[in-house]
Amino acid sequence: MAGDKVDPVHQFVVNKIIPIEIGGIDFSFTNASLFMVATLAVATGFLYFTTSTRSLVPGRMQSVSELSYEFIASMLREGAGSHGMKFFPMVFSLFMFILTANMLGMVPYFFTITSQIIVTFALALFVIGTVLFYGFYKHGLGFLNVFVPSGVPGILLPLVIAIEVISFLSRPISLSVRLFANMLAGHITLKVFAGFVASLGTMGALGIGGAILPLIMTVALTGLEFLVAFLQAYVFAVLTCMYLNDAVHPGGH
Amino acid sequence: MFVTSAYAQSTTTEGAETHDAAAGEVHTETGVAHEGGHGSGVFPPFDSSTFASQLLWLAICFGLFYLLMSKVVMPRIGSILETRNDTIARDLDDAARSKAEADAAVAAYEQELAAAKAKGNAIASAAREAAKTKAAADRTAVETSLNDKISAAESRIADIKAKALADVGSIAETTATAVVEQLIGGKATKAEIASAVKASTK
Repeated sequence: MAGDKVDPVHQFVVNKIIPIEIGGIDFSFTNASLFMVATLAVATGFLYFTTSTRSLVPGRMQSVSELSYEFIASMLREGAGSHGMKFFPMVFSLFMFILTANMLGMVPYFFTITSQIIVTFALALFVIGTVLFYGFYKHGLGFLNVFVPSGVPGILLPLVIAIEVISFLSRPISLSVRLFANMLAGHITLKVFAGFVASLGTMGALGIGGAILPLIMTVALTGLEFLVAFLQAYVFAVLTCMYLNDAVHPGGH
Repeated sequence: MFVTSAYAQSTTTEGAETHDAAAGEVHTETGVAHEGGHGSGVFPPFDSSTFASQLLWLAICFGLFYLLMSKVVMPRIGSILETRNDTIARDLDDAARSKAEADAAVAAYEQELAAAKAKGNAIASAAREAAKTKAAADRTAVETSLNDKISAAESRIADIKAKALADVGSIAETTATAVVEQLIGGKATKAEIASAVKASTK
């Protein structure tokens, strides 16, 4: 690596655009905020305008919106049953928001908001918070059945309950770190290989020849990252469905 | 709690960052200040000074997104899909009903056709029968009238014949009387002539 231009971490730096401070706390409008707004605008705009004609026979773009709607609907119905369908707006919003944020992050020079641990952790807490709130609201203390799998011999029960509680508590962490780490690592890797291309290119004819390999790697990684961007949004949505299933059917394993 | 642990982690990673990745301009500052947030040696995603602003803007953006999805976009897509399913179901129903109607029409047509054919056949055979009987009646009538005429003619012929035959005797007697007078100049008695005629005509 040569020079400060290829610092692979620089892309995650949050810069203030409009400094705002309320009560001594920094609420500045940053580049992260800008891309949150962009995600909101792009995702809403796409879904809104592609369906504005309400065609009986959908065009290509309307099909994309309808497919994502039906995709999430079937995912939630399979994951949490028909009682889980009341969480359809939540899962759909999470999926579309994360997917759009991940995809926007693939554009060069764009900020990836899902590479910020606080963002993914907040989304994961939102999911787990919903599970806890709805679980206790709907089933009261019966929600605690979620920690007691049926058909376990009595002597093993304390151990199993301890494991279940730990696994439940680790859910928001695993959910958020999975998305965050995937986006972060992918973007760093991409930046490092692209950096090789740039720095080798400055080293004369031999360097330009040698830069072909990292260039191929960068192209391949870009494709992989698009897959990861979709896959992580999908995984987040699927796990959300699974966790919501616990809230809807505690002890119904 | 999470924030502080993340912050602690970021300060430990800071040292590694300066060695392998950080740029020269950053290098001088890393030892001194990381409270300034961005640009310092803190690994950016763990820079807790940005957390408050990120949380606020995430809450605003995601909240708005959730609201727009649940109030505008999803009902719209749902209604589009529902309308489509309804339309398809209705069209299929219409098609099935039309097919049933067409089948019924075909059946009715065939039934009427069969009825008309049967009726035509009946009319034709009735007409044929009537014509046949009429012809037969006419023939018998003609035959009877002809027979009557024939028998009347025959009886007249028989009358005429009998009359003629009856006249033959008297003519022969007159003739014989005349012939006898001319030939022998005498007169033959009437009785003689009549017996002679009788004998010759036998």
